[in-house]
Amino acid sequence: MLLTERADRLFAGMTIAGYAIGAAEGILYLRGEYAYLRAFLEDVLTTRYRDHLLGAAILGKTGFDFDIRIQMGAGAYVCGEETALISSCEGLRGDPKTRPPFPAQKGYLGLPTVVNNVETLCCVPKILEEGPATFGGHGSPGSSGTKLLSISGDCSRPGIYEVEFGIPLTEVLTLAGADDAIAVQVGGPSGQLIGPKDYARKICFDDLATGGSIMTFGPGRDVLKTAACFMDFFVDESCGYCTPCRVGNVLLKDRLERIRAGRGEPGDLDYLQRLGTTVKTASRCGLGQTSANPILTSLANFRPRYEEMVKAHQDGFNPSFDVRAAVSEAEGIAGHSSVIYPQPIEER
Amino acid sequence: MSDTVALTIDNVQLQGRPGQTILEAADEAGIYIPRLCHLKGLQPFGSCRVCTVLVNGRPQAACTQPISPGMVIESSTEQVREIRKDLIDMLFVEGNHFCMFCERSGNCELQAMAYRFGISAPRYPFLFPSRAVDASHPDIMIDHNRCIRCARCVRASRDLDGKEVFGFVNRGPHKELAVNAAARLVDTTVDVTDQAMNVCPVGALLKKRTAYVVPIGRRKYDHTPIGSEIEGARSQ
Repeated sequence: MLLTERADRLFAGMTIAGYAIGAAEGILYLRGEYAYLRAFLEDVLTTRYRDHLLGAAILGKTGFDFDIRIQMGAGAYVCGEETALISSCEGLRGDPKTRPPFPAQKGYLGLPTVVNNVETLCCVPKILEEGPATFGGHGSPGSSGTKLLSISGDCSRPGIYEVEFGIPLTEVLTLAGADDAIAVQVGGPSGQLIGPKDYARKICFDDLATGGSIMTFGPGRDVLKTAACFMDFFVDESCGYCTPCRVGNVLLKDRLERIRAGRGEPGDLDYLQRLGTTVKTASRCGLGQTSANPILTSLANFRPRYEEMVKAHQDGFNPSFDVRAAVSEAEGIAGHSSVIYPQPIEER
Repeated sequence: MSDTVALTIDNVQLQGRPGQTILEAADEAGIYIPRLCHLKGLQPFGSCRVCTVLVNGRPQAACTQPISPGMVIESSTEQVREIRKDLIDMLFVEGNHFCMFCERSGNCELQAMAYRFGISAPRYPFLFPSRAVDASHPDIMIDHNRCIRCARCVRASRDLDGKEVFGFVNRGPHKELAVNAAARLVDTTVDVTDQAMNVCPVGALLKKRTAYVVPIGRRKYDHTPIGSEIEGARSQ
């Protein structure tokens, strides 16, 4: 929305940032999904060059030279991670880089680089125009200003909202018409899945941190399915560089699916907790360090739902192995059902 | 700038030199931090995460993290050991590692690491991926079933041989080693005398007709655990 409605403000923010740090070049990294915006954004840039708001000697000030170009990405989630974004800009695989050195020391092409998101840069011209006191007058201590929230899911008024930082989640849910939410995902897939007992908490850096994504889940939704969808997403979006993220997410997903299929056992909850903690602790970048959150936060906040699925059977035997599924292929080849596990083929 | 950097690893005080990584400083002090992707002489890569340590309570890869004064590092605590065991298990289950009939058995760093950690079977289920073997080259073969994506061959070919024979393709669990040709190793500039041929920690990149030159029982890790060459330096 900021790119379509406030592109000028973004480019002004980038130009000011360039002036502040003495940079000569700015890059807008536009992921593939937004390729349709490119022509529009190029037009905005052209106008800014024409008006001497970009290029050499900006607004007649000698030595204030700044160019902005648009770099297209291919749409990998991990390229939102700042060092992977830089790799992608350099024409490399979109893999995160080893830190240190941090981008401010050695970033794009080995040069000192500042990476900020669109919303942050759009705040800059406002702060300069209206003064820091006005900006600081909004929000809560430690989280100044306003925040854009993209609210989706089971709600009667989905959309993009600008709210005061520090707003309680209950108020956000009322705004969007999601008062009956049984669960809310705050902060996108890598954020946290929380339940009604946490709805009084506040949207801010120190409490419920979010880049802006709020997804609401109404009555009838299954939090295990929600977690499974997010794990699918992380298995897809892992770059595969480090072991815990590349392998751990697959293992987490597989065990969650086993639980969902009714073949879980009580020990599976400790298994998920342990594995998830290892992935979180040992992963190389922010993606892996947060990819277990769908499972870890749903385990913490919706544990009864998991427990219901992994109840010990009365005879003490929990069939984690599905013998019917295992023999089905052989049955198909043999043309008759198993003699030991007799269940007619047509009933499957 | 001082020419030494004081830090502690598992309550042992040591002096490193500015610019060293935690792993390099530990090696010099005779403290072995387990590692698989790292190899002295190659650029640190930080992919296996087996060298994970806690630095003032925060997890870091010892092979890429530079030392700084006053660092308090935990390496052989129970918590760190359990993380490493998880990672070693993951490397086993994501590939197809059959030690009993692998020609690298006894010289394999992954196998040796499992023995060092007392792992007899991984705690995670095997994923049994379908992976290929490239035996197109007359002197060299790649068995992708055993590759752990450590990039040692990638780095050695690029930085030591000046060739870039190897690289990675695909993402996530599908990330795999590839060669710099349309498809096959035989179409690359690789040569059996390349440095890249001496760095594979597992049985993925192999020289043909050398499998049993050293018989089992007389191999590198048959009698001494991996890491003892570094720990041995400490006692002397």
